[in-house]
Amino acid sequence: MKEIINLPVSNIEEEEYHINMGPQHPSTHGVLRLLVSLQGEMVRSLKPHCGYIHRGIEKMCEKDTYPQVIHLTDRIDYLSAHINNHAVCLLVEKALEVDVPERVRYIRTIMDELARIQSHQLWWSSFGMDLGGLTCFFYGLRDREMILDIWEETTGSRFLQSYNCPGGVMQDIHPNFQKKVHAFLKTFKKKIKDYDRILSGNVIFENRSQGVGILSKEDAISYGVTGPSGRGSGWSCDVRKTEPYSMYGKVQFNEVLRYECDTYSRYMVRMQEMHESMNIIEQLIDNIPEGEHSAKMKAVIKLPAGEYFQRVESARGELGLFVVSDGNKTPYRMKFRTPSFSNLSVLDHISRGMKIADLVAIGASLDLVIPDIDR
Amino acid sequence: MDNETLKARILEIVPEAQQEENKQFLTLLLPAAKLHDLALKLKNSPELAFDFLFCLSGVDYIKQLAVVYHLRSTQHKHALVIKVKTDDRVNPNFDTVCDIWRTAEFHEREIYDMFGIRFNNHPDMRRIFLEEDWKGYPLRKDYIDEVNIVEF
Repeated sequence: MKEIINLPVSNIEEEEYHINMGPQHPSTHGVLRLLVSLQGEMVRSLKPHCGYIHRGIEKMCEKDTYPQVIHLTDRIDYLSAHINNHAVCLLVEKALEVDVPERVRYIRTIMDELARIQSHQLWWSSFGMDLGGLTCFFYGLRDREMILDIWEETTGSRFLQSYNCPGGVMQDIHPNFQKKVHAFLKTFKKKIKDYDRILSGNVIFENRSQGVGILSKEDAISYGVTGPSGRGSGWSCDVRKTEPYSMYGKVQFNEVLRYECDTYSRYMVRMQEMHESMNIIEQLIDNIPEGEHSAKMKAVIKLPAGEYFQRVESARGELGLFVVSDGNKTPYRMKFRTPSFSNLSVLDHISRGMKIADLVAIGASLDLVIPDIDR
Repeated sequence: MDNETLKARILEIVPEAQQEENKQFLTLLLPAAKLHDLALKLKNSPELAFDFLFCLSGVDYIKQLAVVYHLRSTQHKHALVIKVKTDDRVNPNFDTVCDIWRTAEFHEREIYDMFGIRFNNHPDMRRIFLEEDWKGYPLRKDYIDEVNIVEF
């Protein structure tokens, strides 16, 4: 007993020990386990353990037809469900050389941007909560509700819409759609100022995020950290700009870039992206052309044998879809290059030498969605 | 750099490379032994500068197992697909590229998990999603799944 009391404090400090963060930890936003190796309060290294909710979606896709695959892609990154659906549809339409009606492009782009806004709203909510500001969580979820209501009316579902289908969208937009989107934009433009007042200019928040988790541009490219996290390191990687699809080539919007490379920088990119998304929706919402909501497609969709690749910008970064087809109605091999999987790989690198409380902030700033990692 | 110049430049480095038909990307099939050497040159020579590995996938072509590398240059905006194949289904292995593109570390672990392809010199060659004692490699075409919910 005496020996333990006499043990010098510095020895305990120098000793390395491991703790498990997760699989059930509020700041991992799902079932992810980080095996963190600590020295005192400082992170020496960490190892992510994934697979707790691996469902084998890529294997399931090999048994499903292309319209069926769309329903599975909702479940990959459930906060970007529309955008994931969009990727499959674009790939099928590209392979079959189908030209979709102008109306469909408008609807899809608006839906994508609504998805991006609500995804960022939820990210903002949980970011605030992770750092101890519970008010954020209520504010974010309250405002997100409006978008879910719009979706419920048009798509019939609040969360996993499966609204896109090869050639177009499942059904035409609800007559109230434009009115409700306008109402949302008007409300949210006022509310987003509250977001800035609570978090962006908050001294506590700035101290916890500025200079924390530095990710250089070179590392971002090497680790494949795309999306707002990559743009927070000054890497221009927005697929909507580099390879425009649907209406993105025709609308005016800025690619948000920040060069501080820290957690605050990644935070600010997402905050400004919400403004840009609203800007895109405003340009499109009043000009949706009349016409069909879907192109004529064959009853059974078969892709010509070959290999296809489609990229889209999801709310978390670049979603790549690689399909090998042997000419059948089901894909021979379907690979999802999901943004969160690559973004997770950099977590060890950027949290070394940081405090364990900073790890929570860094993890939140990467905006990881666990089903997007595990698939 | 356009695809023709790109192809000529790579054939200078690896004369054995064969072009595969693909509408979207320039696709080259490489002998596995030349992979790491070429990857280093693709990343480091200034006029090629392929710094972004944007997709890394395994494919089971039944006769062969393949790994497909999708590469892009953030500076020059050109893209390239590299493929390596092996006939060996018992102990397939390729050289790792995760010392060149760090994102490959997780993707190669995933390919090992799903296809059983090992990557030489990889720092942490373990399964990433499935448990360590999982039998077989699920994305191989000859994998028998006893409880396949899709087939029910």
